[in-house]
Amino acid sequence: MAGEKGVVLLDLWVSPFGQRVRIALAEKGVDYEYKEQDLMNKSELLLKSNPVYKKIPVLLHDGKSICESLIIVQYIDEVWSNKAPLLPAEPLARANARFWADFIDKKVYECATRLWKLKGEEQEVAKKEFIEIFKLLEGELGDKTFFGGESFGFVDLALVPFVAWFYAYETCAKFSMEEECPKIVAWGKRCMERESVSKTLSDPTKVYEFVLFLKKRFGVE
Amino acid sequence: MASDGLLNGLKLYGSWASPYTHRVQLALKLKGLEFEYIEEDLTNKSTSLLLHNPIYKKVPVLLHGDHSIVESVIILQYIDETWTDNSLLPSDPYERALVRFWCYFIDDKLGTTLGTVFKSAGEEQKKAVSEVHENLKLVEGELQEGVFKGRRFFGGEKIGLLDIVLGCGSYWLSVFEKVADVKLIDSEMFPLFCSWLKDFEEQPEVKEIIPAIDKLLEYAHGVRQLMLSLSSTAGDPTTTTTTITGDDQGSKD
Repeated sequence: MAGEKGVVLLDLWVSPFGQRVRIALAEKGVDYEYKEQDLMNKSELLLKSNPVYKKIPVLLHDGKSICESLIIVQYIDEVWSNKAPLLPAEPLARANARFWADFIDKKVYECATRLWKLKGEEQEVAKKEFIEIFKLLEGELGDKTFFGGESFGFVDLALVPFVAWFYAYETCAKFSMEEECPKIVAWGKRCMERESVSKTLSDPTKVYEFVLFLKKRFGVE
Repeated sequence: MASDGLLNGLKLYGSWASPYTHRVQLALKLKGLEFEYIEEDLTNKSTSLLLHNPIYKKVPVLLHGDHSIVESVIILQYIDETWTDNSLLPSDPYERALVRFWCYFIDDKLGTTLGTVFKSAGEEQKKAVSEVHENLKLVEGELQEGVFKGRRFFGGEKIGLLDIVLGCGSYWLSVFEKVADVKLIDSEMFPLFCSWLKDFEEQPEVKEIIPAIDKLLEYAHGVRQLMLSLSSTAGDPTTTTTTITGDDQGSKD
């Protein structure tokens, strides 16, 4: 592993966390080898590269492994700093970007998982929380083109992979993102105009199929 | 060179027993920055705190002029990027990624399992203690084999970001050992971690920040009694208890 030159990404096709890294690499125009991982049967390479968490995504760069999607994205931004800056330059704006990306990490995935995994009253609670989370994000977005302002950046990248999951969430929990958070939906469409995003995000129907497969596996009906 | 807090407009909202607050105090001290400190009563949070951290409503909060920055690791990076002398983060991108990863691990895993040790008893506590040992083993491994091998501190000859994040809070290990009657630090199991911690705690800036052990013991004792009595009535821990177990949510950034 050490001394191997080049960029390798250990990932899972549908992972929004892996997609953050793929979007960052595409924005920077970095060539890399994509290695799809089987999380039911983890490869030796994955276990060696991420011994602490044993999770994807993992970026291997010249044999060195970097873990945790937002940490990987910052690494990419710092190494390939000559084009498409992902984090803003100014310290306060950077702190703000880190705050919102971290908020997305703490809140979105966990709440969204409850949305499709639970039923009845618990699902209603999760739905309410989910909409509240996105209303807060909508507030932060305001009337800007992207979260970073005019340029697509760190927070946009942290959030946009979840847009492909909206259809699955809406279908499972019976609500409409267009109705609840129209600005977020419009922002999602603007992001999809970027090739790095449109070529990376999963097809929403495929995501829904994946969620149905997970529901079956967890015995949720 | 010390900078006047009033000129800088630096205000820190914190709690005396909060390791997350200590992190920020230490960073400001290492940078030679004066600031106004406001002690928060976490059972009765001030309107200012709620105004400046409306989403999480937690300490620490750093006010720089009109702007508020929250989440300790985000605050530390903000301080490091605004006042660039005496860097807290390394310059190499890979090493920076490692520092950020281990800071995340400390809050995500070590801090959480330590909190469980403190909050629980019996089998649950036994399990949490062995998890703390597993987590400390990983840190020890980094000191033995990783990028940080052979260094006095994770930051090299001087304290860096990872030292601050791991160090401010590690004093709870010896406090919890006494209060919860468990064995957490073992210099045979974790020799490099223990020598690093001793060195860290002897630094003059650190000595000025970390509260006296007997104060921490008294505080922890009271909180543990409260937590155990609440958990026996199946209640949620009160706000006071989150100071120890995690007033800051920890972040990856």
